[in-house]
Amino acid sequence: MKSSTVIIIGAGQAGLAMSRHLTCRSVDHVLLERGEVANSWRTERWDSLRLLTPNWQSRLPGYAYAGPDPDGYRTMPETVDFLSGYAAQISAPVETGTTVLDVQQTETGYFVRTDRGDWQCCCLVIASGACNIASKPRAAADLTGVNSITPMDYRNPDQLERGGVLIVGASATGVQLAREIQRSGRQVTLAVGEHVRVPRTYRGRDIEYWMDITGIHTTGLNEVDDIGRVRDLPSMQLIGTPERQSIDLNALQSEGVRVAGRVMDAAGSKVRFSGALANICMLADLKMNRLLSTVDAWIDQYGYTACGPREARAAPTALPAEPLLEADLKADGIRTVLWATGYKPDYSWLSVPVLDRKGRLRHTGGVVDAPGMYVLGLPFLRKRNSTLIDGVGEDARVLSDHLYSHLNAAAAAA
Amino acid sequence: MQTETTPRTQINGVNVEALLGAREALENAPPAAEFVWKATSEWKDGAHTRTTIGDFFGLGENQARGKTFEIDTDHPEIFAATDYAPNPLEVVLAGLAGCLTAGIASVAENRGIKLNSVKATLEGDMNLYGILGIDSDVRNGFRSVRVKYDIDADASQDDIAALVAQSQKRSAVFDIITNPANVFVTVE
Repeated sequence: MKSSTVIIIGAGQAGLAMSRHLTCRSVDHVLLERGEVANSWRTERWDSLRLLTPNWQSRLPGYAYAGPDPDGYRTMPETVDFLSGYAAQISAPVETGTTVLDVQQTETGYFVRTDRGDWQCCCLVIASGACNIASKPRAAADLTGVNSITPMDYRNPDQLERGGVLIVGASATGVQLAREIQRSGRQVTLAVGEHVRVPRTYRGRDIEYWMDITGIHTTGLNEVDDIGRVRDLPSMQLIGTPERQSIDLNALQSEGVRVAGRVMDAAGSKVRFSGALANICMLADLKMNRLLSTVDAWIDQYGYTACGPREARAAPTALPAEPLLEADLKADGIRTVLWATGYKPDYSWLSVPVLDRKGRLRHTGGVVDAPGMYVLGLPFLRKRNSTLIDGVGEDARVLSDHLYSHLNAAAAAA
Repeated sequence: MQTETTPRTQINGVNVEALLGAREALENAPPAAEFVWKATSEWKDGAHTRTTIGDFFGLGENQARGKTFEIDTDHPEIFAATDYAPNPLEVVLAGLAGCLTAGIASVAENRGIKLNSVKATLEGDMNLYGILGIDSDVRNGFRSVRVKYDIDADASQDDIAALVAQSQKRSAVFDIITNPANVFVTVE
């Protein structure tokens, strides 16, 4: 059996950032990676996807963008190159092509079984990401006679049958795919649940710039009153395009996308939508305007001048007079249902009792409820930007401190 | 962080602390959160029915109220009925108004917004072709429901809109009307 003081599962941005901090502390470690560095970015994303954060914002410990287009958005191949460059720069000890099959607790740490041999370690860092499995609502199982796919399966519109497409979910994934698929000549119906509407730019700056500089992105666990709610928030309606376009329900409807409420249930080829769409959109409009007012207040407070003048608020979300309450997919010519209803992590390999009743890891700011076990990259792990490439470095630093103390305490006790 | 220990002064007559306390307690006791609301009804004559409401189940046991309420329903005269009481659809509108308005008061209390007056006008659109069986493509119930609030409060228009939006987001009756539920009607 091979042995390492620390095993990091996953060699994406989270695993690499942790690797860099452990190297700085001379803590012996290894990264177990089922594919290659940045595997999810390489293999589990659609072709046209670009990062939703601008190039300058992907700051990792000791590594940042140095190219000519700081405000651009990386394509997937560029993202893979960026992270591969980081792995090379920090000489991350990555065991590629190694899939973790089982993790068990031992007296001194953890036993890790892989398809390429067994390992033991004192500390375990779970850096396998928050988006391993596409979640589908229960209704998905009750639909028959249509193609049912998830964003994990989707690469480009050419793979879809001709005919209409029902996209369920209007967060970042759903709105981007709605635009692309509608433009491919397929009538898209978009089922809209709770969503977060934001403009791509405000007062001449990227919305990400404002969330960064005003400190919204670094809001901590103790600064929010309901962490469960914040962790469940859907992603912002954003798209990374060279033209820095905004993408919202008004823009999509102007391109011909039909909007309906959240999918409530399905039977055969019939789907029923919630009648609460108007309120869902009202909530999103109000929250967007509150965010922009927060930015305005910050600019006024600090006398900030490196930006444009105050901008008028975007038009409220316009909806049909009587939005669709039900649809017969067969009669409507809808051939494909795309479930853009979120992702969840996969812990099927984890045989340590650290999951709550909803299958989520029990952790406090990334310190998992088992000695010497840590997790990175989950929504609002420690801060609002914990899921961003830009936020994971700071989380890794704090957790590497904790891990180092844990190792010292274990050594002293031995 | 929350450091204040003195009870908050109520501005809209809603005990927010009790509600927040209940939330915290129920989070750690899932079975206690299962409630059953009950009603019994008896036909009187024609379209007139009297519904009686009393005990309910919650917090793991029967909750005896020690009193009962009666709600009568009938149909209007143009339906050849006695119009002794509101029709059932109007009572549904009353339920929606009651639920949303209680929500507005609670959210306002929690956000420190003093309400001076909260009035709502409700309308439900219905085509009789459904219940009369004239056209099977027309549904029986409301096609759409409109609720117009007229609120006087010490807050901005956006803050008032946010109260009404948040109330809908957390309203049980709004959810029942906008989303499907399984209904099982049996005969004993």
